[in-house]
Amino acid sequence: MNTGLLWTAFVTIVVKEIRRFTRIWVQTLLPPAITMTLYFIIFGNLIGSRIGDMGGFDYMEYIVPGLIMMSVITNSYGNVVSSFFGTKFQRNIEELLVSPVPNWVILAGYVIGGAARGLGVGFIVTLLSLFFTDLQIHHLFITITVVLLTAILFSLGGFINAVYAKTFDDIAIVPTFILTPLTYLGGVFYSIQLLPDFWQGVSQLNPILYMVNSFRYGILGVSDINIGFAFVMILGFIALLSGFAMHLLNTGKGIRE
Amino acid sequence: MTTALSIENLRKTYGNEFEALKGISLEVKEGDFFALLGPNGAGKSTTLGIVSSLVNKTSGKVSVFGYDLDTHLAQAKQCLGVVPQEFNFNPFEKVLDIVVTQAGYYGIGRKQATERAEHYLRKLGLWSKRDERARMLSGGMKRRLMIARALVHEPRLLILDEPTAGVDIELRRSMWDFLTEINAAGTTIILTTHYLEEAESLCRNIAIIDHGSIIQNTSMKALLQKLDTETFVLDLAEDFDELPVLDGYVIRPRDAHTLEVDVPKEKGLNTLFQHLASKGMEVTSMRNKANRLEELFVSLVDKNLNQETA
Repeated sequence: MNTGLLWTAFVTIVVKEIRRFTRIWVQTLLPPAITMTLYFIIFGNLIGSRIGDMGGFDYMEYIVPGLIMMSVITNSYGNVVSSFFGTKFQRNIEELLVSPVPNWVILAGYVIGGAARGLGVGFIVTLLSLFFTDLQIHHLFITITVVLLTAILFSLGGFINAVYAKTFDDIAIVPTFILTPLTYLGGVFYSIQLLPDFWQGVSQLNPILYMVNSFRYGILGVSDINIGFAFVMILGFIALLSGFAMHLLNTGKGIRE
Repeated sequence: MTTALSIENLRKTYGNEFEALKGISLEVKEGDFFALLGPNGAGKSTTLGIVSSLVNKTSGKVSVFGYDLDTHLAQAKQCLGVVPQEFNFNPFEKVLDIVVTQAGYYGIGRKQATERAEHYLRKLGLWSKRDERARMLSGGMKRRLMIARALVHEPRLLILDEPTAGVDIELRRSMWDFLTEINAAGTTIILTTHYLEEAESLCRNIAIIDHGSIIQNTSMKALLQKLDTETFVLDLAEDFDELPVLDGYVIRPRDAHTLEVDVPKEKGLNTLFQHLASKGMEVTSMRNKANRLEELFVSLVDKNLNQETA
């Protein structure tokens, strides 16, 4: 396929993915908006007013970047894992497999589709946060780059999970038992400087800490970690997961007999 | 004449050690209407799955219009349209969207894709259903939707895996007309079906696969000539008192006024009719007991089974 045909195929997959999550917006866009609004009211307003400053900002300002990032992570991952597994389950993956679309375009289409939902939900949560706090972006380039790369990274994770998944339970295990704990312990609600040294060290093994803090740095200008190292780590994970996802597609794992 | 599909020594062994294909070779010429028949589990769907890249082969070579699947996969796929046995579209998507999206996977822009989708959905009587979710369609409509989807990129080779399963006879015949029309327009068609009447009336060449091996690969005409005996059912005007006996023919009663007769090819029907007339028996109607291809198919598969178990 020449570049023009590849582009058409890529856009077709992305548009199909965007249409899927907008068609079921009550399941995909509304719940994170409601959940995050509750976080803003309960943790930010009611409890946050008693906590005082965190990292030099009032608590509401401090948690907003973390909550936006949490929405981006869970929705990017959730979109690809459910969409690609559904495609496998209903066997309409065969529509793609019989066509001349190369595997890397299939992967790129699903990942960008997932990132679109993650970023869309992130945008909605950002708008909602404006009802509770003034948001001033400290580093626009870092903010946009980090959120985009994180959305891509977790879309890749969702894709790999979907390839291995055989039942609907399999697509819930990773988000419930790995992603959610890592996100909650990744500095969304607190600065790791509040922790004893040992637990600070343990926290630094959590990759989500780097994404949340880089994004917080982009918005507020404060971070618990080195931003340059965070970028290298995110890009490294993207390269690793992309290579692994391509290997799975090329060998037909979970999709070809 | 160009070869549309070439299969050489194709083998497939599944993970559970089941050998589905034992080195089959097959050639389908451009413009052919080709039947690939076999009992359940014979290896038909595995063969078509490998050709359409849904199943990984163990060894062997497959080419579509000269494009080797191992070295020129994208070009081979561009030539190929597949209508699978099972429904494999997203039931929550609209009919038009399913066809237009499939065109997009072949690099066809939205405007042209929509025009082509309209053409094929109209041809297959689905245009009025274009805005309905696919799950709302009847079984026959779902099959036609898969045909429209497979044709939207205008493939040179169309593979149909039991396209008329569960479709009523009227609709089946209209689908036959449609398939004959696109074959006449130049599309090579490979068909698997359990309706042997369908294969006999549509296909010019045939391969029969059983237990992972090709047991027949010839023209439909040559195959049917192998049929030594045909069984006819004769309805008589009146009940008969005594079962007629005629040398060389096997005559059995079905009921008081119906006979079942095995007619050897070299004997023909004239002698039989003359004999019945001499006995005062008037034949009011006559039909084949089974489709001719069906009789041959059963005898070939039985023969193969006996050889394997011997």
